[in-house]
Amino acid sequence: MTSSDTIHDVVIIGSGPAGLTAAIYTARANLSPLVLEGEPSSTSDQPGGQLMLTTDVENYPGFPEGVMGPELMMNFKQQAARFGADIRTVKASKVDLSERPFKIWVGDPEAPEPTHLSKTVIVSTGAQSLMLGLDRENELIGHGLSTCATCDGFFFRDHDIAVVGGGDSALEEANFLSRFASKVYLVVRRDELRASKIMQDRAHANPKIEILWNTSVTEYVGESKLESVKIRNNLDESISDLAVTGLFIAIGHKPNTGLFEGQLDMKDNGYLLTQPGRTATNIEGVFASGDVQDDYYRQAITAAGSGCAAALEAERWLEANDEGH
Amino acid sequence: MASENVITLSDANFADTISAEGAPVLVDFWAEWCGPCKAIAPILDEIADEHTGSVTIAKLNVDDAPNTAREFEVMSIPTMIVFKNGEQVAKMIGAKSKDAIVEELANHM
Repeated sequence: MTSSDTIHDVVIIGSGPAGLTAAIYTARANLSPLVLEGEPSSTSDQPGGQLMLTTDVENYPGFPEGVMGPELMMNFKQQAARFGADIRTVKASKVDLSERPFKIWVGDPEAPEPTHLSKTVIVSTGAQSLMLGLDRENELIGHGLSTCATCDGFFFRDHDIAVVGGGDSALEEANFLSRFASKVYLVVRRDELRASKIMQDRAHANPKIEILWNTSVTEYVGESKLESVKIRNNLDESISDLAVTGLFIAIGHKPNTGLFEGQLDMKDNGYLLTQPGRTATNIEGVFASGDVQDDYYRQAITAAGSGCAAALEAERWLEANDEGH
Repeated sequence: MASENVITLSDANFADTISAEGAPVLVDFWAEWCGPCKAIAPILDEIADEHTGSVTIAKLNVDDAPNTAREFEVMSIPTMIVFKNGEQVAKMIGAKSKDAIVEELANHM
């Protein structure tokens, strides 16, 4: 089925804080946005984005007692739907931004005709967690190796487990997992943490958390499920065993920009490049907001802010360039 | 609202439900606190409504039935296990798209 007969004013790809804020603003501007929210998965590349895998969000303004990540995203979605945003649980599989209207495929990327045509596109595809890239990683996911602490922590009650990483998300996961696990090792590559002061203080005050400094995981051990990991001391290169039945990886993110390679300008690290202080990309009528173009702040509130900015820029661009508007 | 065609499982009706003869039974191991579980809930409702009779969709809250979760070696949710005549025939770990779930079920219809 194709709906490419109609040319949309705005198609928004992605449905985290940036995409859904852009949807709220463009819907209220009567631009009837179409939101391709993505498909369910247990990684952060899913409808609602990275917040779907978190528990308490304590720093999003407006919630003095904090709010659960998935609940916050459900609220964003309902607010966008209330103003008429058309939100579909599908993933864009290909885009052609070489001419207007822009072409967007859903499903088979080889299909001769695009699924959607649009005058403007707002790219809010976000970022996803990096994995370690060790042997047998994919087969051990769900068998001790986890991409979602909130989904899986419950199953490690009274187990010894480890979290890899030294940033805010690693420490948040370690604190969360200490509710269940008997012991949480935090495997940190260097001799310092990147995490914020408040998260570091919480980790240091948590008797179940033990930090292994200058340490990297080098191998997963176990047949059908994880039984231990091999770790390397990065100072003297010595290898030892760490007996953990669960391993949670929080070593950073990579932007979801594969769809736009060769079309949109990117920084060396793959994040989309926008004009200074704007969400406009190198292609007129294509805007980027949220973590897909932000390797510096990476907060829900900054993503929402840039989603708003992209919506306003798209609206003004349409006013200036769209004869039929 | 949840579909009337989705069966809520407990330790009491689990064995009877999965051993039903004929149509495959998909059991979704889930919990309130799991974001991806919530994301697939409406998809499972749709599948239950669209394939009534040819497939049974059932949900088991792991908070209520931790022993059953352990018995089936569930270490990550959502996990969807497909049973046919009481035998486990497929296990899907993690949230999946509607197409992927329907495709797996079609193998056992």
